[in-house]
Amino acid sequence: MTVEALVPRMTEICGPDSVVTDPAELRTYECDGLTSHRAAPALAVLPETAEQVAAVVTECSRAGVPFVARGSGTGLSGGALPRTDGVLIVTSKMRRIIAIDPVSQRAIVEPGVTNLAVSTAVRPYGYFYAPDPSSQVVCSVGGNVAENSGGAHCLKNGFTVHHVTGLQIVTPGGELTWLGDGTGAAPGYDLVGAFTGSEGTLGIVTKIVVKLTRIPQVITTLLAGFHTTGAGGAAVSAIIGAGILPAAIEMMDALAIEAAEAAVACNYPAGAGAVLVVELDGPEADVRRDTAAVRELCEQAGATEIRAADDPAERAAIWAGRKSAFAAVGRISSDYIVQDGVVPRTALGEVLDKIAALSSESGIRVANVFHAGDGNLHPLVLYNDATPGQAEAAEELSGAILDLCIQHGGSITGEHGVGTDKARYMPKMFSVDDLDTMQLLRCAFDPAGLCNPGKIFPTPRLCGEVPGPRRGVHPVVAAGLAEQF
Amino acid sequence: MSTASVPGALARACRTVRPAGPRDAVAGVVPGWVAAPAGEDEASALLATAAEHGLAVVPRGSGTRIGWGAPPRRCDLIIDTHLLNRVVEHAAGDLVARVQAGVTLRQLARVLGTAGQQLALDPPPALANGSQDATPTIGGMLATGTSGPRRLRYGTPRDLVIGITVVRPGGTVAKSGGKVVKNVAGYDLGKLYAGSYGTLGLITEAVFRLHPVPAAATFVTAGYADTAAAGQAVAAAAGSTLVPVAVEIDRPSRDGLIRVAVLLEGDPAGVAERAALMRDVLGAGTATSDTAPPWWGSARPARLVAGPHGPAEPTVLRVSFWAAALPSVLGAIDAAGKEAGLDPAVAGSAAAGVLHTVLDGDAAPAAAAQFVTGLRDALDQNVDAGFAGGEGPPARASAVVVTAPAAVRGNVDMWGPVPAVSLMRAVKEQFDPGCLMAPGRFAGGL
Repeated sequence: MTVEALVPRMTEICGPDSVVTDPAELRTYECDGLTSHRAAPALAVLPETAEQVAAVVTECSRAGVPFVARGSGTGLSGGALPRTDGVLIVTSKMRRIIAIDPVSQRAIVEPGVTNLAVSTAVRPYGYFYAPDPSSQVVCSVGGNVAENSGGAHCLKNGFTVHHVTGLQIVTPGGELTWLGDGTGAAPGYDLVGAFTGSEGTLGIVTKIVVKLTRIPQVITTLLAGFHTTGAGGAAVSAIIGAGILPAAIEMMDALAIEAAEAAVACNYPAGAGAVLVVELDGPEADVRRDTAAVRELCEQAGATEIRAADDPAERAAIWAGRKSAFAAVGRISSDYIVQDGVVPRTALGEVLDKIAALSSESGIRVANVFHAGDGNLHPLVLYNDATPGQAEAAEELSGAILDLCIQHGGSITGEHGVGTDKARYMPKMFSVDDLDTMQLLRCAFDPAGLCNPGKIFPTPRLCGEVPGPRRGVHPVVAAGLAEQF
Repeated sequence: MSTASVPGALARACRTVRPAGPRDAVAGVVPGWVAAPAGEDEASALLATAAEHGLAVVPRGSGTRIGWGAPPRRCDLIIDTHLLNRVVEHAAGDLVARVQAGVTLRQLARVLGTAGQQLALDPPPALANGSQDATPTIGGMLATGTSGPRRLRYGTPRDLVIGITVVRPGGTVAKSGGKVVKNVAGYDLGKLYAGSYGTLGLITEAVFRLHPVPAAATFVTAGYADTAAAGQAVAAAAGSTLVPVAVEIDRPSRDGLIRVAVLLEGDPAGVAERAALMRDVLGAGTATSDTAPPWWGSARPARLVAGPHGPAEPTVLRVSFWAAALPSVLGAIDAAGKEAGLDPAVAGSAAAGVLHTVLDGDAAPAAAAQFVTGLRDALDQNVDAGFAGGEGPPARASAVVVTAPAAVRGNVDMWGPVPAVSLMRAVKEQFDPGCLMAPGRFAGGL
């Protein structure tokens, strides 16, 4: 069945205002935050209820039409890249905060609710929602679940998966069901944990039970300038080595500082080769003690200047530079790639040196902004698309950075996801058996392979295959019914 | 394949194989053989052999929780992990450790302690096979998903495992995650295997996120005469900005005092200051101590987690719930206990919404069974009425029989109702199509 044939039924389910067929309008959905991959969906629907999502998916499933879920479209790995032959299911009309239970430290929200809206809603009770991806003003909680989003403060507080205790989902077969019961200790397999971070390939989330975190008594933010990233890195190691667990430790190198300075005049220490932003939160006495210790450790590591702030406005001023960094780089380079890789924290210095060497070899500039506390690098690879060969060179350098991450025992993605962008790198990190085993989970949820197909895994597994060592050609392949790559 | 060829095939797969004895029984089911692989290669060969010969397999660590769950429908081969006993890597600067499944928590704590670090999970030790001081293994703790009082702050094993290596039924070795804390590449199979009771394969290795050992720890204790007051105190402690690491309760019998203890950790001066504030939060009659009260988590193993060979094995239930429902849950336990003519003890992580309730070993099996069904009914009625206009999860509390004497097991549905059981069955069928891994031991009869 063609997608067009689904339009009348979709209109019946969602209403005429919530079905998009106009090609120009469909183009607004052709990419997420990773604009280098584009594909307009054949059809987009904007359901308002879980039941509507279930009915839409049921139709797709019956018709054998692939479907992709999309929240706010802020993802950076092409996870919500539509299928030209499929339906895009947009959750942005599902924006209700259904319940807040401060004593249980839980809230129930719909997937289109923005990350920050959860914190805003629970603030009167003295709580916040801990995962804080930098896009938190617009990104949706449903998208956060799909990507297992982190943020600057996940060093201390953990990722989305640590803050979600129940999910209502529509299975790829169209069934509406709850995973977990919100307690975090429901009997049976931890399908909430397995689903979180599955990048929209195991179903569509329609309600989320989130954990709420108590707003800390005191928050102090320190800014420290260093001559080099090596010195900044040494300070990070010393802080962690001293048994201190800050809420966040962020680092920026000279080029990133220069860009931020030009964009938002953040007034970071002049001439610094690196700055660290260290945030400490918790009970007053503990924060006071830790702040003094962090100051001392930064001084010992050669900090040229240290500033501390504990009122909201001053703290925001320190964060302004860090938060503007990605956009600021746009002012010093017309085009850039945002990379996302992870190395063990202790390998940071070595990997940064190697990135610098790669940069000077290729003549491609790299600005480094990263979550130093957990070794999550976000190198910004700068190029000019108008200069012949630069885009390719930048792409190559960006890939070489991921190779460095893998060589040092790290990961090809810390928080942006694999999506469309990095599926080809998965075999560098995982064996055929590893990837095959992960896909058993996919087969359990989505045997027909219709739910966000083509993401994460470079080679789809044919479900129904008997696990274990493959002997001979798969019968489906032999019968000429499918190709295997 | 004839049974006669099995010992030879097992011996070819693994150097350490012996016939099983009655002490190797899993919830009353006596296996044929016990094999202890010395590495991943032998573990893989064993699971390949098991698949070839159709042998049902139950993995075992220290055996402290081998009796947990429903009795397996079949058990031919125990895979004992005690030779997988290496702490492969402790990257102190990165606060991570890579550990083989048979490493005990005590062994790991010793290694990590030298760097002032810890795996911040504190499942109670257990009486097992008559030994007083058995300590769980990493693999066993992961497979049963057990944790202790500090789950409030640090979570359960699924929250701290960042990488896992498993051998699937059939012998395929697979891993997911890695050795960096922040990592979203691929599905996180560690979550799936944590708490899966050996039904999806054998865990051979895991990588954990570590935490620094705090410089100081203090317990603030109080006692309350009724559930409402105790409930208020627990909610106030958990809702304070004093960062409690654990908020535990203990009530030895229905009409007894409800004891509450709050654990605070951190800088010594800060902890002392917070302990004073926490005493105000908890109200009159509080005390502060550097040592845990005798009933704290691990201190009552005989009653909470007795093994299969101790005297008068108790029935232990784990009740999990949304924390605000604590008074309703205690009420449900009381109502079910009265109805069944029993007086269960209650203890656990009240603020985290996990309690254990224990029936003495001499409780009549029919009464124990009546208590279990009565409790589930009472939880349904007390906890769920009208919450979130019916838009939340259909059940917000559950009661699982963790372990029980044989006579009780035969009379109860140990796991009770399970959300999304059809998806779980689909997962099991994909990972273990031959149904050879701990068949029947897990929720939903998996």
